[in-house]
Amino acid sequence: MAELFHRKIERSSIGFAIAIVAAASVGGIIEIAPLFTIDGTVEEAPDMRVYTPLELAGRNIYVREGCYACHSQMIRTLQDEVERYGPYSLAVESKYDRPMQWGSKRTGPDLARIGGKYSDFWHVAHLMNPRDVVPESNMPAYAYLARTPLNLNDLPQHLAVQQTLGVPYTDEMVENAARDAYGQAVPDTDFASGVSERYGEATQVRAFDGVATQVTEMDALVAYLQVLGRLTTAAYQNTAAPELPPEPVE
Amino acid sequence: MIDKLTYSERQSASFILVAVAVVGLLMAAFGNSNQLGVHGVIVMIFAAALLYPVLSAIYAPEPVEDREASYYDDPIKVGIVLAMAWAIFGMFMGVWVAAQLAWPNLAFDAAWSTFGRLRPTHTSGIIFGFGGNALIATSFHVVQRTSRARLAGQVSPWFVLFGYNLFCVLAVSGYFIGVTQSKEYAEAEWYADLWLVVVWVTYFILYLRTLARRKEPHIYVANWYFMAFILVVAMLHIVNNLAIPIAWSSAKSYTIWPGVQDAMVQWWYGHNAVAFFLTAGFLGMLYYYLPVRAQRPIFSYRLSILSFWGIVFFYMWAGSHHLHYTALPHWVQTLGMTFSVMLLVPSWASAGNALLTLNGAWDRVRSDATLRFMMAAAVFYGLSTFEGSFLAIRPVNALSHYTDWTVGHVHAGALGWVALITFGSIYTLVPTLWKRERMYSAALIEWHFWLAIAGTLIYIFAMWNSGIIQGLMWRTYTGENTLAYSFVDSLVAMYPYYIARAFGGLLFLIGAVIGCYNIWMTVKAVPSTVPARPDAPETAAAVPGE
Repeated sequence: MAELFHRKIERSSIGFAIAIVAAASVGGIIEIAPLFTIDGTVEEAPDMRVYTPLELAGRNIYVREGCYACHSQMIRTLQDEVERYGPYSLAVESKYDRPMQWGSKRTGPDLARIGGKYSDFWHVAHLMNPRDVVPESNMPAYAYLARTPLNLNDLPQHLAVQQTLGVPYTDEMVENAARDAYGQAVPDTDFASGVSERYGEATQVRAFDGVATQVTEMDALVAYLQVLGRLTTAAYQNTAAPELPPEPVE
Repeated sequence: MIDKLTYSERQSASFILVAVAVVGLLMAAFGNSNQLGVHGVIVMIFAAALLYPVLSAIYAPEPVEDREASYYDDPIKVGIVLAMAWAIFGMFMGVWVAAQLAWPNLAFDAAWSTFGRLRPTHTSGIIFGFGGNALIATSFHVVQRTSRARLAGQVSPWFVLFGYNLFCVLAVSGYFIGVTQSKEYAEAEWYADLWLVVVWVTYFILYLRTLARRKEPHIYVANWYFMAFILVVAMLHIVNNLAIPIAWSSAKSYTIWPGVQDAMVQWWYGHNAVAFFLTAGFLGMLYYYLPVRAQRPIFSYRLSILSFWGIVFFYMWAGSHHLHYTALPHWVQTLGMTFSVMLLVPSWASAGNALLTLNGAWDRVRSDATLRFMMAAAVFYGLSTFEGSFLAIRPVNALSHYTDWTVGHVHAGALGWVALITFGSIYTLVPTLWKRERMYSAALIEWHFWLAIAGTLIYIFAMWNSGIIQGLMWRTYTGENTLAYSFVDSLVAMYPYYIARAFGGLLFLIGAVIGCYNIWMTVKAVPSTVPARPDAPETAAAVPGE
């Protein structure tokens, strides 16, 4: 009977195509659509803040360089991972991440909670040549980031698109994106005070690459790495977290 | 090749190429990020390189013969050549990135050659460049022969083939200059993705129109798989790549999917790229070239139906097994695991159907390396689908995920299944296509076969070892209940396996180079022949298909 039915549909290319689309749609719809409707999918975290323009620019460098190929940003709910990297990752922690960078491979360690664990100086030295600080490392050197000035001009456009997509950037943040990016990496200027005003006193404002005269891609990437895992403290509440987020190392 | 087109067809081809060049010019002129500008220039060069031969032959004599009385094989020939060229490129990049993991200074302190940028040139070069071109070429061949009808278009097959290669060039060249979405296996940016949609819709229409011309009432099973490949890849590609560019003049975009939803969409895409690009399409190849080469009919029609619909339905649920123990809700993980285990049934039905087809032809498997390529492919298909279902089980995944075991699993499939079935099909196809008696050298096919098998086995054994060691070291505790190894300890333990893996990959690459030489010499040096059975479409009164 079933075979007879199949003999019929395999005589019609349009019918066959429709049957394929129908059969192939079910799984995706059932697994994806509820992720937008079930409330508990993304936890509440009232203290969650957005990336500053400099951190977002740093994230885009992380994306551009394909860091996901070797580093995950997703601590699984396994005891050894929690002990090695910190409290397991919550969905809310990447709710402003486009694209998410959870990754699929750890040739290097997980970076979900790398923020604050090492000094800026360590990160810069490590990115300049990883083998200077970790002799056994097989990570590429990213010395060119320190030589490349950060492109600030299109940052308002970046924030505007994020705003369209639902990230709570205010119009003021969008407007001041380029100035704020500059100010966050060049402390003791008028630009710097604007960053703390708009993104909170806890925002780290300093010359991340150690040079306060210009803003490089190194500044942006280190600023991003230093905020990873620190946008909210939600992961440290009501979980089996053994510790509090690290105090920033200057 | 241009001589097979009429004057008006040459005009349409020129018009399309000029339109593409104009788009490239606009990209170059308005691209305010220099990346989009670079791509504009590449688009213009690509269009100009194709426009030159068309224009220089535009007034050449038109074809006089009845084109409907012969199959349209020119685009297939070019597709095979492109597939082999991408194979060499993609495999070379693979060996290079593998070597970088063992000797990191092979990045030479440049931006374009860091591991993060080169790795997608390897994956896209192989999956899209090699795999995609091989699929387009073989699907054009299979749909014509099984329908006994010529392709339903003169310019559109070229548009599909070259348009697709433009996508591949934009994708791969983009990674070198830092244009990437960093969505795994969907790294190409928004404008390349849009272009692929145009190409893909044309491909599907061409395929349907050719099927509509068939002289057989039934659509042969290989075409079911090619249709599933085209349709579902379109669904996956469009949904996963929905994005908003920061400006029309910029290469950079943001995906509309945030965080956890992005993760689910991404792995729904990622896993089904494996299912519908790397499995369904290549099963289409298997269902045609294996029976042709073995000169045996497919073992079971019922098994074909079971495995086809099983694969189309079950696979789409399985993506979430890439996200076990993550912030993705537990119920989705469980669904993904369940369906991944159930997938073993249709997968083994396909592998079994292929191997049982060889009953009565095992003597030929022994003597004919081409058939042996396909036999080995079916075996690796069975092995890697078993491994896939196994790795999708949550507690197993706790150990294997994030380790080299995943990489080994992927390569058991990509080298052992995808590449072997492709080489077997190409060695079957090349003499038919160029109307040659045989391949240039059977001995070289033997060499290729054994290099490929040795390379694959060295590769996957190295990755099994490194992956399992890595996973175990990460979770080993001391007597005092503290973690026994630092992350760097586990990295140090990997180095011998990274060297072994690069060596295995190198053997596989050498095999592919030998294959290229063999194909080249077949076209150049083997005497041509008239096929024993006529190789032409049926032009007599058609059996109504629909």
